[in-house]
Amino acid sequence: MTSEPLLSVRDLRVEFSTSAGVVTAVDGASFDVRRGETVALLGESGSGKSVTAQAMLGIIPKPAGRVTGGSIEYDGRDLLALPATATRELRGREIAMVFQDPLSSLNPVFRVGAQIGEMFRKHRGASRKEARAEALELMRRVGIPAAEKRLDDYPHQFSGGMRQRVMIAMALALSPRLLIADEPTTALDVTVQAQIMDLLARLQDEEGMSLVLITHDLGVVADVADRVVLMYAGRVVEAGPIREVYEHSAHPYTAGLMGSLPAIDGPRERLTPIQGAPPDLLDLPSGCSFRPRCAFASERCADEEPVLLGAPGRPAPHSSACHHAGKVLTDAP
Amino acid sequence: MTSTDLDLTTTAVPRPATSTRGRAGSARIRFGLAVIIVYVVAAAIGPWLVRFDPVATRTQDRLKPPGSRLSDGSLAILGTDQVGQDLLAQMLQGARISIAVGLATLLLAGTIGVTVGLAAGYFGGWLDSVLMRLADIQLAFPSILLAIFIAALLGPSVVNVVIVLAVSNWVTFARVTRGQALTTRRREFVDASRTLGAGTWRLIRRCVLPACIAPVLVVATVEIGHVILAEASLSFLGLGTPASTPSWGVTIANGRNYLADAWWISTVPGIALAFLVVSLGVLGDALRDRYDPRLRSL
Amino acid sequence: MPPETTPLLQVRDLHTTFPLRSALLRRTVGHVQAVAGVSFDIPAGGTLGLVGESGSGKSTVARTIVGLEKCAAGSILFEGEDLTSLPPARMRQVRRQLQMIFQDPYASLNPRATVEQIITEAWEIHPDVVPRDRFKPEVRELLERVGLNPDHAARYPHQFSGGQRQRIGIARALALRPKLVICDEAVSALDVSVQAQVLNLLAELREDLGLAYLFIAHDLSVVRHISDQVAVMYLGRIVETASQQELFAEPVHPYTQALLSAVPDPLPWARPPRTPIIIGGDVPSPADPPSGCRFRTRCWKAQDVCATEDPALEPRLGLHPAACHFAERRTELVVG
Repeated sequence: MTSEPLLSVRDLRVEFSTSAGVVTAVDGASFDVRRGETVALLGESGSGKSVTAQAMLGIIPKPAGRVTGGSIEYDGRDLLALPATATRELRGREIAMVFQDPLSSLNPVFRVGAQIGEMFRKHRGASRKEARAEALELMRRVGIPAAEKRLDDYPHQFSGGMRQRVMIAMALALSPRLLIADEPTTALDVTVQAQIMDLLARLQDEEGMSLVLITHDLGVVADVADRVVLMYAGRVVEAGPIREVYEHSAHPYTAGLMGSLPAIDGPRERLTPIQGAPPDLLDLPSGCSFRPRCAFASERCADEEPVLLGAPGRPAPHSSACHHAGKVLTDAP
Repeated sequence: MTSTDLDLTTTAVPRPATSTRGRAGSARIRFGLAVIIVYVVAAAIGPWLVRFDPVATRTQDRLKPPGSRLSDGSLAILGTDQVGQDLLAQMLQGARISIAVGLATLLLAGTIGVTVGLAAGYFGGWLDSVLMRLADIQLAFPSILLAIFIAALLGPSVVNVVIVLAVSNWVTFARVTRGQALTTRRREFVDASRTLGAGTWRLIRRCVLPACIAPVLVVATVEIGHVILAEASLSFLGLGTPASTPSWGVTIANGRNYLADAWWISTVPGIALAFLVVSLGVLGDALRDRYDPRLRSL
Repeated sequence: MPPETTPLLQVRDLHTTFPLRSALLRRTVGHVQAVAGVSFDIPAGGTLGLVGESGSGKSTVARTIVGLEKCAAGSILFEGEDLTSLPPARMRQVRRQLQMIFQDPYASLNPRATVEQIITEAWEIHPDVVPRDRFKPEVRELLERVGLNPDHAARYPHQFSGGQRQRIGIARALALRPKLVICDEAVSALDVSVQAQVLNLLAELREDLGLAYLFIAHDLSVVRHISDQVAVMYLGRIVETASQQELFAEPVHPYTQALLSAVPDPLPWARPPRTPIIIGGDVPSPADPPSGCRFRTRCWKAQDVCATEDPALEPRLGLHPAACHFAERRTELVVG
């Protein structure tokens, strides 16, 4: 793991024009993904986590959405400044993506083996036979049982978990250096979810690639992520090593999320949810967006938008965008 | 949260996709509506302004070209026909008939179609199979043949035209309603009403029928053009409105023998008909694109 | 311990089947047993959590109880009256005490109706519950009860956030003053922070109104949080059932153990490392379930006997009922 990041997002701004007005879906988000590292991009609906991923891949739905500021540097090159053909090339070879719903991401009329093999044929100029062999190898690697037989099946003949494995196989085909997984397990059952997370973690380790996990679920990433970046209303509110952030939350939103989770063991206690509803991006409050739901909110929070700073008294890479980070840290149970 | 593509959904932000180019088809809708309003106003008040007497014959004013002065000193803007009737008056009267036949047909076809569609879509099972096979048979049966059959049986009259056209047009309404009913009855909010104890009639009236209204209106706009055209065709063939009723189809048919020396008798109502049907088509397409893009194949 | 009384709801050997039709002629070519012999009790004011993955039939159980699906066999006794054999008029009277909260806060509210219309629909159907002139004040009261602004009664569902919509769904379920509310994945579609609010609301309502819940969810932490009793379903059957404390502390069925070991843990560092049990394969089709024990195709303990002999759901190891020939106590899955 070298210190220079593989991916560096700086002050990213993405706007969507809607009939009701312009929505800033991502508002100055900055974070790094280092080589070989797993970063969890966490947030609820409206947080901008998925839009951030779309921006990284250059797949923001146009013309409604557009990047209005910032940079996304991948291996020293700004993806936003590159011509479309160059980013498309990068996206095929070096940056791969796994989506939440594998059924709609797979072409229903082609056999699975052919779809995986297509990656080799298109990008590596492999023959039909070679592509088939590579596809088989990949299907084995992602743990699809009886892969030889399943090579000629269609996507609808696979279960949800197996389809997600197929998607992962396709994403891995060209040995990407960065894999972005957008809610890869949300549509899956608990037991299958565990298997897929396990698989992703294993492959990440084997390939030495960087992994960005986009999710709303604090639990599923705890075991596999190195660092976490929490987003709220389009901004990064807290970032740092995952254990550090979970155990010593320095932002009231993170602390609130932790308090909202029912525990799987220990005594049952009344949950302490965050008040109010997720933000209305068309009508964000002044200053800190989280202010209306926050127990720590003061006048300063309305006047001054908090910036991401080192969490007071905590080890270095832990940062929080809260005027009252110190108080949040000491008040936590 | 099964998060969606944009992550913006819970905040009641309308989908960005529909927003940038303004609402779909505004110009087309305005154009279509304007033309139709002109026709409807003309049909409604026209015959009061320009009197039309169906039995009058003025031989001295026969076959006068558009813009001629007639023997009584009045101006025949669109000319006269083979019996000296003013073509404008005849056209305005014809507009009434075309629009009335169109609306009556839609009402009848719509009522039959929506009822059949609701029954088929909501209850499903064998009832659905029977009704939809019936619809297939109906579609396979040429409507002109049906019209000849009914006209032969009942004689040509405006009411019979409406019956013929309704019989050949209800299927579209039934299909659209059935599709909508099928998807709506499986929606969770219908289950919720059912859990509250709502009976079948209530579920259809309160949940399923309201969901069908928008697509049915779209279909009605597309269909009315077809119906008006079909009425003219039937009348042209002598199977529609009786010769004494000056519908556009009758006027076009009457002018057929004089095409060489009085082109305007057939041409003017033909243009009026074409323009109305095209405008209705444009409006229907635009409404469909706006409210129900799924119906595009119709 | 509560005194011994007749349970509010007794489900006995419930079966729900769906016809399997051929694509071509729509002839019935077979049956899918979505629910294949499920029995449980819910006492007044109690909460039974029903967990299982997709295809387990847990939602079908709920839909059968409220009458959205036809019961193929078995009985559903509500306060001693069998819902499967009541005359229609009486059925309507009984069923209204049994309401449901649906999963999807978007799909479960009629987009063309205002909040007031959504809530008063129940009273229009059952005019004896609330007289028409009391509609408005009662709607206000219900909205306040579920934590919504009563002035918003004239708004349409799309003007509310997901969590607020789910509150509207709860208000609708409460309109008929039910004794039992079935929550079918009622919080699964909500954001974490909002999910906690709704869970707290459900707990409050249970206390204040003496409600009983059948709480159906795939999230074990949520089920543990709200339930007194828990039943685990797999492929149309209950495989294990126990009190909440016992099920999570001492699961004996391999499937329950696998489920528990897979629960995502947001604070894994605070505990000794877990050994996740990864069960391979997929849930078999309910149209063609395995012989004997339905879980055997994915079970690491399966023996020949599992294929021939269907294990009964009976107390095992001196603990609670479980349907496994090789039930085994395992406590390390969750630190209790």
